Amino acid sequence: MLKFDHVSKRYSDGGDALRDVSFHLKKGEIAFLTGHSGAGKSTLLKLVAIMELCNQGHILLDGQNLSKVKKKYIPFVRRDLGLIFQDNKLLNDRTVFDNVALPLIVSGYRIQEVSRRVRAVLDKVGLSGKEKKFPLALSGGEQQRVGIARAFVNKPKLILADEPTGNLDPELSKEIMGVFEQFQKVGVSVLIASHDENLVSKIGHRVLTLDHGQLVTS
Amino acid sequence: MKRTAAKSQNNNQFYGQVRAYFHIHAHALFSSLGRLVKTPFTSIMTISVMAIAMTLAASFYLFVDNMEKLTGNLESTNQISLYLKPDVSDKESKGLANEIRKNSSIKKVDLISKKQAMDEFKTYSGFGDALSILETNPLPIVIQILPKNSLNDVLGIENLMMSFAQYSQIDFVKMDMGWVNRLHSIVQLIKRSVFLLTVLLSVAVIFITGNTIRLELQNRRDEVLIEKLVGATHSFIQRPFLYTGFWLGFISGIMAWLLVTAMALILQNPIERLSLLYKGSFEMSFLSFFDTAILLFIASFLGILGAWGVLGYQIAQIKPK
Ligand SMILES: Nc1ncnc2c1ncn2[C@@H]1O[C@H](COP(=O)(O)OP(=O)(O)O)[C@@H](O)[C@H]1O
Ligand SMILES: [Mg+2]
Repeated sequence: MLKFDHVSKRYSDGGDALRDVSFHLKKGEIAFLTGHSGAGKSTLLKLVAIMELCNQGHILLDGQNLSKVKKKYIPFVRRDLGLIFQDNKLLNDRTVFDNVALPLIVSGYRIQEVSRRVRAVLDKVGLSGKEKKFPLALSGGEQQRVGIARAFVNKPKLILADEPTGNLDPELSKEIMGVFEQFQKVGVSVLIASHDENLVSKIGHRVLTLDHGQLVTS
Repeated sequence: MKRTAAKSQNNNQFYGQVRAYFHIHAHALFSSLGRLVKTPFTSIMTISVMAIAMTLAASFYLFVDNMEKLTGNLESTNQISLYLKPDVSDKESKGLANEIRKNSSIKKVDLISKKQAMDEFKTYSGFGDALSILETNPLPIVIQILPKNSLNDVLGIENLMMSFAQYSQIDFVKMDMGWVNRLHSIVQLIKRSVFLLTVLLSVAVIFITGNTIRLELQNRRDEVLIEKLVGATHSFIQRPFLYTGFWLGFISGIMAWLLVTAMALILQNPIERLSLLYKGSFEMSFLSFFDTAILLFIASFLGILGAWGVLGYQIAQIKPK
């Protein structure tokens, strides 16, 4: 599903963020990406979402070489991904429904289909009945789940989560991990960047560890 | 059987997509209007400035239109005078005048003999006594010509004048432009200036919209960023902003129409009274239905153009690319 082949990334105004990283994430697999702060976790996820371009090596997403994707087609690659951010990146002037519906609207789904899918996914993350609320009226955990619902609503092949449990208490973290595992069961691959050693070690999924841009365990 | 079922399902899907497409457009259209209403102060300021620029252009246009109508109503007094050589006899000049009368583009030919010219000169110049000292009459014979369609057909008049230059009896040809024609030329000049001015004002409107849209885009950076991350295409992202540009232009256009019409109504009475004083029957024209349609079309178009001009670059500036 996702393959890194000797990938290196250097920011124009900084040092090496990633050095010669290679790994392969299979379809329906969950993996954690850990490492100290500044190890390159966010950078790795950004490369997959084509938010940054790598300097060396190849990244293959479902067989497609990301460095060869034409600018015009980048949006269509992103439609196969579900992105989850530590700061959620929700639009606070739109309702929960509108936030979650955004990826579907962007892809041109019809209204009935949008409505049906949004309700289904909100139900899955335990937010049914909160469609009409605004993000700021929700708790931190609920907001995070809105972000997850939005990442999943388009039925992506791969979910990329950057510190999805960053500022949540352990109870909520576990709950959110449960949601990811549900998605895994329907064949979605999940890559979760987290420096939360506790969470990572307890659950027993595959762990990729970055140290100063180099992959030390995979 | 199976095939038709599949086909009808395809059709359904197709219509569903079309409906979704229209839904997106309708949504963008009205939500961008809603956004303008939400920030009334900024919107009113922007729209007013744009409307004033459009009012200037439209009212100049209306002014020129009325001037043209006015000068078109008045009869031309363009004349061509043919000054004959001193040795041409009266008889010869009569023959020449008759020949010229045959020209179909000429309305009227007057022959002024040496004697007539002298009498006229004596009467009007005030040199009467001094002139009687002269032994011979120094004034030439003149043939005065009033061309047809003399008002609009400058080229025709020129051709006519050239053709006279061929006669050996004619010393020189002179055109006396009537004041109506002068006015007409001035109106043509104003018309051209108004066109240039309209171009300038249009550029101003484009820049105002562009800048407004740029600020709007900056206010909505987060939204654009998130839309990009969930796979929005450039045309999806720019669509609501193009509609904002459309509304800015369209509403300004309506406002400009109101202003121009109000101005015309205020001026209508005094102008028509003035025309009565000069025994004219001038009826002022307003922006016609067609003019209004053009005004609104251009206004909306300029709004969209201004928005489109900044969107390409500005959206690309918002990371990720
Ligand atoms: N946009 C950027 N420009 C320059 N350097 C950056 C940028 N983003 C990250 N870096 C650098 O790249 C390295 C990896 O950062 P990051 O991927 O954010 O690490 P992590 O997410 O593991 O904390 C750090 O040294 C960081 O300073
Ligand atoms: Mg990070």
